[in-house]
Amino acid sequence: MEFVIETKNLTRKFGDLVAVDNLNIQVKEGEIFGFLGPNGAGKTTTISMFCTILKPTSGTATINGFDIIKNRGQVRKSIGIVFQDPSLDDRLTGEENLKMHAGLYGVPKTERKKRIEEVLEIVELKDRAKSIVRTYSGGMKRRLEIGRGLIHYPKILFLDEPTLGLDPQTRTHIWDYIRKLAKKEKITIMLTTHYMEEADELCDRIAIIDHGKIVALDTSINLKNSLEGDLITIECKNTPECNVTNVLAEKVKTLDFVLNVKNMDDKLNLFVKNGETAVPKILDFARENNIQVYSTSVRKPTLNDVFIKYTGREIREEGADSKEGMRERARMRR
Amino acid sequence: MSEIDGVYWVWLRELIRFWRFKSRILTSIIQPLLFLIVLGGGFSFVSLGSVNYQSFLFPGIIAMSLLFSSISSGISVIWDREFGFLKEILVAPVSRLSIFFGKALGGASTAIIQGLIILALSFILSIVITPSSFLISLAVMLIFSLGMVSVGLIIASFLESFESFGVIMNLLIFPIFLLSGALFPLNEAPEWLKAISMFNPMTYATDALRGAIIGTSTLPLMYDFIVISVFSVVMIIIGGISFNRQK
Repeated sequence: MEFVIETKNLTRKFGDLVAVDNLNIQVKEGEIFGFLGPNGAGKTTTISMFCTILKPTSGTATINGFDIIKNRGQVRKSIGIVFQDPSLDDRLTGEENLKMHAGLYGVPKTERKKRIEEVLEIVELKDRAKSIVRTYSGGMKRRLEIGRGLIHYPKILFLDEPTLGLDPQTRTHIWDYIRKLAKKEKITIMLTTHYMEEADELCDRIAIIDHGKIVALDTSINLKNSLEGDLITIECKNTPECNVTNVLAEKVKTLDFVLNVKNMDDKLNLFVKNGETAVPKILDFARENNIQVYSTSVRKPTLNDVFIKYTGREIREEGADSKEGMRERARMRR
Repeated sequence: MSEIDGVYWVWLRELIRFWRFKSRILTSIIQPLLFLIVLGGGFSFVSLGSVNYQSFLFPGIIAMSLLFSSISSGISVIWDREFGFLKEILVAPVSRLSIFFGKALGGASTAIIQGLIILALSFILSIVITPSSFLISLAVMLIFSLGMVSVGLIIASFLESFESFGVIMNLLIFPIFLLSGALFPLNEAPEWLKAISMFNPMTYATDALRGAIIGTSTLPLMYDFIVISVFSVVMIIIGGISFNRQK
């Protein structure tokens, strides 16, 4: 078996809405594979189908060689899941949550104790194992859920927005745990996220997904390199008589080292070859055309730029809709 | 193997949670005791043949406690759904039916524990519990509470949120309780009341408990047992099906 996850025209519709549209991906063993996209892009729907919670409208997928429609039981045994929303029994202790999971997933009785200790070790919750989950912090709960997903030696671990609603410090901690367990447990990890940094930090390959379709799929470096150049941002002083930004935008297009121009009102985003040498040339060019430049900056492209290139908008725009906000607040309270 | 494990863990979880809330155990005993002491005390001038009202009320209060605790533990699935835990159980490689049975047995076990605690208080009323009356009571408790937990699970699989919990409480649990002959003898009641109560499974559970504990029952014990057994089996089947169907 070559790929641990392989989909064939996987599609899911909700009424008229096509949440996942003819998805075709192949994930190799041991890979950390990320789905990056705004809320509503179809990430959770895809994961739910992989976990056999949701049936595809058409197409199918194999997980660890098992068909998600025909071999649901085998699929479920092969995977560990960390849901987007909390799913612990917070009236039980951490250890009891793990024990119950081991029982439900049929981990042999003789191995349970050892395995639970191993997992507690990985997520560093050994000293709190006997405390009621209610007393855990948000990050600890998340770690326990990740640990729980590992108990039954899954081949693949699904993490649906693993750091949603956690503070930045806790987030980097969780990333450490994910990296650690990928190495230690030698499993394939598939995660969804709408945080650029998360995809960038963790994933070997990233699929950018929008409106249920994959718009780009590659390593983070290749995705960024696909933009072929650096990003220069130029800020001009518009006057009421003349929108000089527009004027400049039209003119720089003629320069041969400028690959792409995006006019954002009073700012220009230029993709150029070799940004460091391009800046003085552009400034000279602006001066020649009597355009006053207010500020400039040069940077390497980020995943955000990649996302904008492929979808035409920023991921953040939809990153905080009201339901999302509610969920984040609910998570913080817990 | 894994299926039995599944039933076992879902059952154990109910017991752990029950045990952890000592306050819940306490309130679940205090409420029936209040009925017994206040209502029983207030009507102590009434005597029904050879027994006083308090002793007459005692088996009814056990049935009441079983009813309340069984249905609420069935409905507690709504909370599990709301707090996400249900998902963890539902994606496990264990059949829905095992989860249903684990839940039903767990709810029945906690209801029976509460019933037994009240039964143990029989000495206050100088009621003597013989081994046979104990075993019959235990059997009634098991059959009746399994049926009622299933009723709760059926409701939970149709309800979206626990906002409707109060409605269920008032429209279902209280009528079942009041129309069961737990508080008054049905053979002295008006015909219409008697007629409605005959359709209430709790009537038979109460009657059987009364027969076992204080030795006065309206119907033959066997008859009571058949009715509550049929009720429970039907509820378990409907419950299993509806639990299987829910998302």
